Amino acid sequence: MCLAVPMQVLELKENTAVVDMGGTRKAVRLDAIDRPPTVGDYVIVHAGFAIHCIDEEEAKITLQYFEEIFADETSR
Amino acid sequence: MKHLDEYRDPHLAGKLIDKIKALSHRPVRLMEVCGTHTVSIFRSGIRSLLPPSITLLSGPGCPVCVTATEEIDKFIKLGQQKDTIVATFGDLVRVPGSSSSLQKERADGADIRVVYSTFDALDIARRNPSRTVVFLAVGFETTAPTIAAAVKETKKEGIGNFYIIPAHKIIPPAMEALLAGGELAIDGFICPGHVSVIIGADAYRPVADKYHIPCVVAGFEPVDILQTIYMLLSQIEEGKAIVEIQYRRAVNFTGNEKALALLSEVFETCDAPWRGLGTIPDSGLRLRDNYRALDIETKFDLTVPRTQDHPGCSCGDILRGVKTPLDCVLYRKVCTPSNPYGPCMVSTEGTCAAYYKYHD
Repeated sequence: MCLAVPMQVLELKENTAVVDMGGTRKAVRLDAIDRPPTVGDYVIVHAGFAIHCIDEEEAKITLQYFEEIFADETSR
Repeated sequence: MKHLDEYRDPHLAGKLIDKIKALSHRPVRLMEVCGTHTVSIFRSGIRSLLPPSITLLSGPGCPVCVTATEEIDKFIKLGQQKDTIVATFGDLVRVPGSSSSLQKERADGADIRVVYSTFDALDIARRNPSRTVVFLAVGFETTAPTIAAAVKETKKEGIGNFYIIPAHKIIPPAMEALLAGGELAIDGFICPGHVSVIIGADAYRPVADKYHIPCVVAGFEPVDILQTIYMLLSQIEEGKAIVEIQYRRAVNFTGNEKALALLSEVFETCDAPWRGLGTIPDSGLRLRDNYRALDIETKFDLTVPRTQDHPGCSCGDILRGVKTPLDCVLYRKVCTPSNPYGPCMVSTEGTCAAYYKYHD
């Protein structure tokens, strides 16, 4: 029930957005989103509502941490 | 797929497991309080990859599972009302009440419809103006703002036949109730990802400060969960008990202001019954006075007799983390996904269903 997935915004219309994940498309509401998304953004969708725009900067920081783990030979 | 594949890399998972093993010096018990984490941990096989010193427990993180029997009985009574359509999320339909379930009621002629979103329920109300349409408002803080939006829309449009039955639950008070009970030893919390999108990680500070339990908000992919376990172990090793966020791409400390404003405009906190935990103060949501007329209990008397859960069912103890499904006398013998005795076997996010599907 709480499965919320990242989906990419394809279109915006007033209070709804058309989003896509791997070819699955749906219209979602924007009543509860933290900031207005733009086309191309990734949003977390829950029960027909976009609830958050994925923070690309923060995602980069996490991925950078993973790269550091790969680079850290002492972890093997 | 972007924002998914990066967190499913088996080589990276292997590196993280090595780091966890290198850091694991003593027995620790970590509890996840999100049904989606439960499923992800089982599906990815994380339990079998961790050193034996790390025990992962599943807490009260599945909204369907924590819905009390008396609430299910109310939903069933609602389905029996004349000219009423009950709209619900699908997970609830098969949960047994004290003597029936929504599925059985539907077989007996009740008009019970599964919807994906509250706005689907609102559409049913628009299309059926002569009938009363009631949405079963279950779920945690992730779902509650979506209900609040539908309630606001109902009032704005003047839709006179749409109601809800508020049965929401709030996670942090349940975490505190688990710890205050004193029967459970937990060394760290894997905090829910999408509840935290809404409420923000600061909501767990009372748990971390008062009970000295490290809290880390986790994403849902295997690498997210492994990094979270590593972060919790690091805190435990350093003697810290702070709130950290692993799921930084989606969660901040203060939460989603817009969703929180929506929530507090429509709902106020109230005491709520939890399966296995009893009544927890300020752990539920009821409609504020401005919107109270949309609570179906202002229209119908849905009082139900107090009931006992099935005497053999251990769902309550499992939700508190004091038993696993393997300790339940019904598990696998008579209680199975096709013949569930308790909600933890019904919901796909339930601990018993996850054990049944993935546990050796």
